[in-house]
Amino acid sequence: MRNFTSLLFAGGLGFFLLVLAADLPLGAPPMLAGQGVLAEGAAATGAANLVTAVVLAYRGIDTLGELSILFAAAAGVGLVLGRARRRPDAEADPEGGFILLAAADLLFPLLVIVGLYIVLHGHLTPGGGFQGGVVLAAAFFLPLLGRPRNALDHAVIGWIEGLAGAVFVGIGLWALAARGEFLAPLLGKGTLGALFSAGTLPLLYIAVGLKVGAEIAGLMSTLQETEAAGS
Amino acid sequence: MSLPPLEIVLYAGAVSLLIIGLAGLVMSEHLVRLVLALGVAEAGGNLLLVLTGFRQGAVAPILLGAAPSGPMVDPIPQALVLTAIVIGVGVQALALALVLRVRRAYGTVHMSALRARLVEDLDEAAGLPPEGSREAPGVERPV
Repeated sequence: MRNFTSLLFAGGLGFFLLVLAADLPLGAPPMLAGQGVLAEGAAATGAANLVTAVVLAYRGIDTLGELSILFAAAAGVGLVLGRARRRPDAEADPEGGFILLAAADLLFPLLVIVGLYIVLHGHLTPGGGFQGGVVLAAAFFLPLLGRPRNALDHAVIGWIEGLAGAVFVGIGLWALAARGEFLAPLLGKGTLGALFSAGTLPLLYIAVGLKVGAEIAGLMSTLQETEAAGS
Repeated sequence: MSLPPLEIVLYAGAVSLLIIGLAGLVMSEHLVRLVLALGVAEAGGNLLLVLTGFRQGAVAPILLGAAPSGPMVDPIPQALVLTAIVIGVGVQALALALVLRVRRAYGTVHMSALRARLVEDLDEAAGLPPEGSREAPGVERPV
């Protein structure tokens, strides 16, 4: 009976959403703000990837809020798991098999290179600090799956995270002092599409990438350590 | 038989993902499945948001070379979804941490067992006698 009502609720909600969606201008959005960004975003920020221009320049303060939410989530996980994390008598998980160990060794450098590439080219190609940061986190978490004993050093992770966050806020304050707007684009725009272009946007994305990477790696390793401590 | 237009398929897919996730949220009995259902619903919501910037025949909002090649999709929903995905990861990690704590505290992650344990704990804290069972009927309880 409960399942029936749940299905009825879900089906009804889906019906209403589809009815609403039918009234939307499918495939031809009005793009009231989007047109402006498309028209002058590249000239205003120097970034070839206009999504990056929106994320870091037009909505930079939003991104700072997002980083704070991610930080709050990571801090919350640490707080919730807190003392329960690892008991001294708990045995660590056994080492992974040959396939996992070999794959972790093989993939680690590749993942680091791909992650850095995605972070550094965030203003030119699809990608950026968030995507590259997750790839970096995966690179550092993968060896941990194979060798659970070599836990990540949470103090180092904390320092990377804190410094990256401070760099992001620092660049924002620098722009506030120089241009009178928080996170306003600074430095030369350079040639559109060159690696060294778009002023401070790549620097901001490097900070975002390090912060996201450190945070996600810390999150996953906290969860994994708790798992190792058993129930 | 002709295929329906692309937009309809995309919207129907996004809405169905959202609905599947919501149904899973309401119906799942296992707490980890609840978290996974949240992830599915989130994917549907993100797709819906990205679709609001979809333009027929447009390219990604990335300038290659000198002249822009034709119309581009709206970059703003894409930036918003980027934000939403990352926040979703944080929410799921926090939810999983809470599930771990629940498992540690109650020894189970099944909703019905948890609910029974919670009611027991609340009754005990409020000083109420146990509800009793068919074999051992409890005393009269205040409603």
